[in-house]
Amino acid sequence: MTGLFKAVNKDARHWQILALSGLFSISLTTSDFGAQPLALLAAITGAMFAQAVGTVWVNARKETRCARSGSYWRGSSLVAGVVGWFAGFQWKSALITSLSLSILLRANSIWFWLAAGFIGVSAKFLVRYRGKHLFNPACIGIVVVSLLGGSAAWVSPGQWGQAPIFAAFAIGFAALVLSSAKRLDIALGFLAGFAAMLFGRALYLGDPMTIPVHQLQSGALLVFAFFMITDPRSTPDSRIARLIFAFAVAAFAAWLSWEYHIRGAMLYALASLALLSPILDRLLPARRFEWTSTKGPQNEAQTPRGGVRPRPHIVRA
Amino acid sequence: MKLKHLAGACVLGLTSFALSAPMAAAFCGFYVAKADTDLFNDASKVVLVRDDERTVITMASDYRGEASEFAMVVPVVDVPEREQINVANPGLVDHLDEYTAPRLVEYYDENPCMLARRNKSITVTSAGIPEMVMESAPMEAEDLGVTIEAEYEVGEYDILILSAEESDGLITWLNQENYRIPDGAEEVVGAYLKRGMKFFVAKVNLERHSGSSVLRPIQVAYEDENFMLPIRLGTVNAEGKQELFVFAITREGRVETTNYKTVKLPSNMDVPIFVKDEFGEFYKAMFEHQTEKENGKAVFMEYAWDMSWCDPCAANPLSASELRELGVMWLDEGPQDEIRPMPRPRPGFGGPQPVDAFVTRLHVRYDGQTFPEDLNFQVTGDRENYQGRYVLRHPWRGDYGQCEAAGEYAQTLVERWDTEADSLAKLTGWELDEIKQKMADGGFSAAAVGVTEPKPKRKWWQRLWGN
Repeated sequence: MTGLFKAVNKDARHWQILALSGLFSISLTTSDFGAQPLALLAAITGAMFAQAVGTVWVNARKETRCARSGSYWRGSSLVAGVVGWFAGFQWKSALITSLSLSILLRANSIWFWLAAGFIGVSAKFLVRYRGKHLFNPACIGIVVVSLLGGSAAWVSPGQWGQAPIFAAFAIGFAALVLSSAKRLDIALGFLAGFAAMLFGRALYLGDPMTIPVHQLQSGALLVFAFFMITDPRSTPDSRIARLIFAFAVAAFAAWLSWEYHIRGAMLYALASLALLSPILDRLLPARRFEWTSTKGPQNEAQTPRGGVRPRPHIVRA
Repeated sequence: MKLKHLAGACVLGLTSFALSAPMAAAFCGFYVAKADTDLFNDASKVVLVRDDERTVITMASDYRGEASEFAMVVPVVDVPEREQINVANPGLVDHLDEYTAPRLVEYYDENPCMLARRNKSITVTSAGIPEMVMESAPMEAEDLGVTIEAEYEVGEYDILILSAEESDGLITWLNQENYRIPDGAEEVVGAYLKRGMKFFVAKVNLERHSGSSVLRPIQVAYEDENFMLPIRLGTVNAEGKQELFVFAITREGRVETTNYKTVKLPSNMDVPIFVKDEFGEFYKAMFEHQTEKENGKAVFMEYAWDMSWCDPCAANPLSASELRELGVMWLDEGPQDEIRPMPRPRPGFGGPQPVDAFVTRLHVRYDGQTFPEDLNFQVTGDRENYQGRYVLRHPWRGDYGQCEAAGEYAQTLVERWDTEADSLAKLTGWELDEIKQKMADGGFSAAAVGVTEPKPKRKWWQRLWGN
């Protein structure tokens, strides 16, 4: 048992995958307009394809750089052939993206999930700043396809009943506490900020408190707070900066939904504030987050930061 | 000019309620169940036609009381012009109600001894609906901080658009003018006022009223990016739950609520034959039971269909001119069939011509506790057809001993009736024993078909070699 726990606990993403699978099942079984297995498959196909292409591309660039610098003999970093080309293939991240997509996105054609998976993960490789991607892949995937698709692709924030939503909150919270991602601060910061805004507005309007309480019971809000804005790769590195970021997203989301009545405003808020993250990183620098808790080989498919890689020592007779 | 947040459900006051008389579907002959008259009390019917930001709301009323007592109060965001307001033919909403109502379908079993078995289906109609709630206001408006933004005479109605600084002033003024605003409305009215909303109030001008007992629906055309229906005023008068039917017509597809769960009403089930005589009761009990199962917090989808056709039809599809009257504004506009999936008109089931419109019928039972917030909607691209449909299967009656097949058929009947009783109990929450008793009284029991007691189901190997 402890062995199993340790195995799961080795990587924060394991907890996320478990929790998102739980949410997927809840949505699948309790909602008439919920998550669909076929949509999940499509999202996985799109996301994994983009992840594979991206990984090969990153490895090829690494390879060229090494060859050019003359510090390796050609082929050294890709010794294992195909396996080498796919070194650092982050299937777990792509799976998390796919699960989030199938839980949040609804569409009238299976292609939208495929496209969202592909776009989201591609953005991870293509839109980067100083070795970090700017956009949360699931978030940008949804925003792009729903902007392009019009009414053909949409987010259904209200399709969770009350009991499922509480179960889902529990699962999300547990996953976050258990995971070593240490990103509870940003989730709670965002929820607190957003709740403060809803309660503040209710007080101003003279509304009964049942209204903000009801508004907080949203499946989209939950997935967003626990699994999207917590993405350590696209949020600031220091805690203060993360909290500032969370409040900014909460405020912008509230404004979008009050002023423009946008459904799923959080996603648009996060996507449009993505640039804020690198700015905050520059102002408030901190140590970069790594997924795996143990010091293993650094194999995230990201642009290497300068010549950190140890040079092989070549001994000649 | 923009007029926002128009809504119907928030009408205050008493209600009467009536039921659209179900029409027999013409196409297959038999006229079956007729829905009872007293289905739902205090119901409102609202038709929302939506295309991008363009919206037409039709608020219907079957109010049967004194015309002088009728009034309605609806929050709106802007002051509509005279041309944006209209009164519609009351038959329109009734027709839409009948077309989208849950339906009963009948099938007749044939003599099992005859090899060629074929099923005949028949349609029936359905539970209609009720309507809208209304009611009927010496300080000067100005002293109370109330501004009359506009004043119109439309059909039999006198309509005022009011703005106010304070909810107290507005409520005092409305009460002076004989709009009976229930206690406790201050907060809700205040919340709408703080959002900069105005109030649309209407009452009947007796001089222009024809004396007919039916008041015509009021329609308003407006543009607003927010697709919503204010229902909070309706929750103020604590006369229990309010009943609301929303018929949403769009080009793209199904409409769902974004701040409440939308649930499909359970459908396509075989139910005992006696349901035919009490279809209204059945529908009512089922809705009640399903609402409880969702803790009263769900919006039920009863129909979602391409308006070009129906199968089976509880009423004929609406004609293009009826749709236009309801506010379907895109019918005459340019080429419409670019990318849209072609409607599938079927011979016999189709309307006068294919139309580019999709209707969603939503049924909400709400009060301030379960539905604290106004209803927010969104148009989705989902064009999957759905209908509330319940099936009656009439057994073949005859000598069950005349051939082996007939004997086996009698066995399956008993099993089938058990299943029907179970599903009826699950749908409505009625007692299983009572259902079975009722079925037995009607001749739907093992004894009635000469099967003393249902034999245990044969094992697969027993069926395999026929021993």
